[in-house]
Amino acid sequence: MSKEYKFSDETLALAQRIIKRYPEGKQKSALLPLLHLAQMEFDGWLSAPAMDYVASLLKIQPIEVYEVASFYTMFNLKPVGKCLIEVCRTGPCWLLGAEDIVKHIEKKLNIKEGETTPDGMFTLKTVECLAACGTAPIIQVGETYHENMTCEKVDEMLNDYKSKGERKTHFDKKHVNANQH
Amino acid sequence: MGKQLLLEHVNVPGIEKLDVYRAHGGYKALEKALRMKPDELVEEVKKSGLRGRGGAGFPTGMKWSFLAKPEGVPRHLVCNADESEPGTFKDRYLMSHLPHLLVEGMIVSSFALGANTSYIYIRGELLYVYHILEKAIAEAYAAGLLGKNILGSGYDLDLYVQPGGGAYICGEETALIESLEGKRGNPRIKPPFPAVAGVWGRPTVVNNVETIAATVPIVNMGGEEYAKIGIGKSTGTKLISACGHINKPGVYEIELGLPVEEFLNSDQYCGGVKNGRKLKAVVAGGSSVPILPADLILTTAKGEPRLMSYESLADGGFQTGTMLGSGGFIVLDETASVVKNLWNFTRFYHHESCGQCSPCREGTGWMEKVLHRIVEGHGKPEDIDLLWDIQSKIDGKTICPLGDAASWPVASAIRHFRAEFEEYIKHPEKIKDVKHYYSVRNQTAPVA
Repeated sequence: MSKEYKFSDETLALAQRIIKRYPEGKQKSALLPLLHLAQMEFDGWLSAPAMDYVASLLKIQPIEVYEVASFYTMFNLKPVGKCLIEVCRTGPCWLLGAEDIVKHIEKKLNIKEGETTPDGMFTLKTVECLAACGTAPIIQVGETYHENMTCEKVDEMLNDYKSKGERKTHFDKKHVNANQH
Repeated sequence: MGKQLLLEHVNVPGIEKLDVYRAHGGYKALEKALRMKPDELVEEVKKSGLRGRGGAGFPTGMKWSFLAKPEGVPRHLVCNADESEPGTFKDRYLMSHLPHLLVEGMIVSSFALGANTSYIYIRGELLYVYHILEKAIAEAYAAGLLGKNILGSGYDLDLYVQPGGGAYICGEETALIESLEGKRGNPRIKPPFPAVAGVWGRPTVVNNVETIAATVPIVNMGGEEYAKIGIGKSTGTKLISACGHINKPGVYEIELGLPVEEFLNSDQYCGGVKNGRKLKAVVAGGSSVPILPADLILTTAKGEPRLMSYESLADGGFQTGTMLGSGGFIVLDETASVVKNLWNFTRFYHHESCGQCSPCREGTGWMEKVLHRIVEGHGKPEDIDLLWDIQSKIDGKTICPLGDAASWPVASAIRHFRAEFEEYIKHPEKIKDVKHYYSVRNQTAPVA
C-alpha cells in the first residue's frame, strides 16, 4: 500500500476531542463521526486501509468498523467522484418531479445512476428522504442542500461545481477547527 | 395564525445567536428551572400533558417518571434528531433556525432527569445543522450555560452532538442508542426499556427535538397553563410540516385542535391544493400513517369535522382514521396515483429495513416487487389480496415498529383505493398515461 492513511494534525486533534465526549472505555461510540472525518480526509470514500486506520484510533477490531460502515448509506465503500450528487427519490420529492431531475442529470453527465463521470468529477446517487420535503425536489452535495430544484438550476449547479473542481464531502473541511469543546 | 410557543421568534434576524436569543427571552426557562427541584419539573411536564412529538405521542412526563435512578449510575438524556420520516422536516427547521431553543430545552430536561452528560443524535445528512448546533453549544459553554456549575446552581452538564450515518431505522429509539454506541442500527428487544438500560446499559430517556424544545415554554408558563392550549388530551402546539401538491409548503406551528380543512385551505397555512386541482388524498402524519381519501381526512366517518389532534385524526381507528404521527402532512391532488405513491413508499421501507426480523426484511421486499409489477403493467388480479396478506403478516410481528410502518400504508391504500389497483391490473395500457408527478420542466403550467 503506497498511500499512507493518517489524519492531518488538525483532523486528528478533532478526532481526539470527539473521542473524549464518551465515557472511559466507550470510545467506540465515536465511530460514526470518525468515519465522516475519514471520508473527508481520504477522497470521499472508505477503503479497507482507511477503515483499519479508524479502528486503530478507537482501539477496536477492523471488523467492528467494516460492519458499521456497510450498514449506513452515507459511507461509500467504493471510490466516488469529487462531487457526489445525491438526489432524493422518496415520496414528496418524487411527487414534485425528482424523476425528471434524475433523468436530466443522467443525460447531462452521460452516466447512469450509481456511476461516475470519466473525469472523476461527478457521481450520481439517489437517496431516501432528506427531510426537506417542503422545498422538493432536493439534491444534496456535500453538506449543501439544493432546494426547489429544476433542470435549469441543476445545470447551473453542475457548472458551478465543475468550474470550482473541489471535492465536497458531508463533513466539510472548513469546520475542522470550529469545534473546540 | 394561532399561538406560537416554539416559532414565535423564528424570523428575528440573528436568532440563532445567543445574545439575540437571550434578548428575546431565551434561557429564562433555564433560570427558572434551576431554582426548582428536578422532581417539580417532572411534575410540571406531567401537568402540561405534553406528548412525544416524534410520532408515537407517548406522554412525556410519564416517560420521564419511568427513568430508573440507581445509586452511583450515571443516566443520560438523548435527543432524537434523526428526523427521517418521509414528509417530515420540522425538526430540521427548528434546529437550523432556533438552535438555542433546543439547547435550552436539553439543559432544562437534563436537569429535570438528573443527567450530567447528554447527547443530541442528529441524522448524518444534516451535518450542516450539526455545525449550527455545535456553534450554539460552544456559545452556551462560553456563557456558563453549560459545563460546570451552570449559572451558579451547582448543576453540571456536558452536551454533545453526534451525527448518524444515514439510516431511517436509527429514528427508532433503541436503534438510535445502538448507533450512538458506534454500532449498526439494529433495534433492541424490549424490555429492558431504555429507561432502565439504555445507552451503555445506563438509564436513558430518548426524546424528539420538538418534545425537548416544548419543555421551554412549559417551564416558562407552567404546566397547567400549557395544558389549557389545544384540545382534550392533545395539549399545546404542534409543528406540522406540509408538503406535496399545495400552494404553501412549509413548517407551521398550529394549536392542536385546528380543523384539517382550515389547515389545508387557509392562506395562513397550506393555502389550498396547487393549481386549483381537487384534493385526492392526504398522508397526515408522515409516510407510515394510513393514507386517507379526501372525504375522510376532512370529516370523520361520523360526519364531524376532522381536527389536527391525536384523537380526532385517529377517530374511527384504522378503518376510517389515521394518526397525527410526526406531523408530516403530505397532500396528493387528483392527478396523483395512490398506487405509484405506495410503490415509492414501499421501496423506501424495503431499503430501510435493518434486516433483523424476517417478516420485515422479506415482506417489505415482496411488497415492493408485487407493487412494482402492478405499476409496470404486469399486475395480476390476485396481487391485491397477496399484498393484503403480506402486510398482515408483518404488522405487529417485528421487534420494532418499522414493520408496522411498512404495512400500514399498504393496508390503507388497499382499504380506501382498491378500485385504483383494480384499474391498473385490468387496464395496464392506461398506466403509461397516468401523470403521477409534476414535471419540473413544466412547473407552472398544469400538466394534465
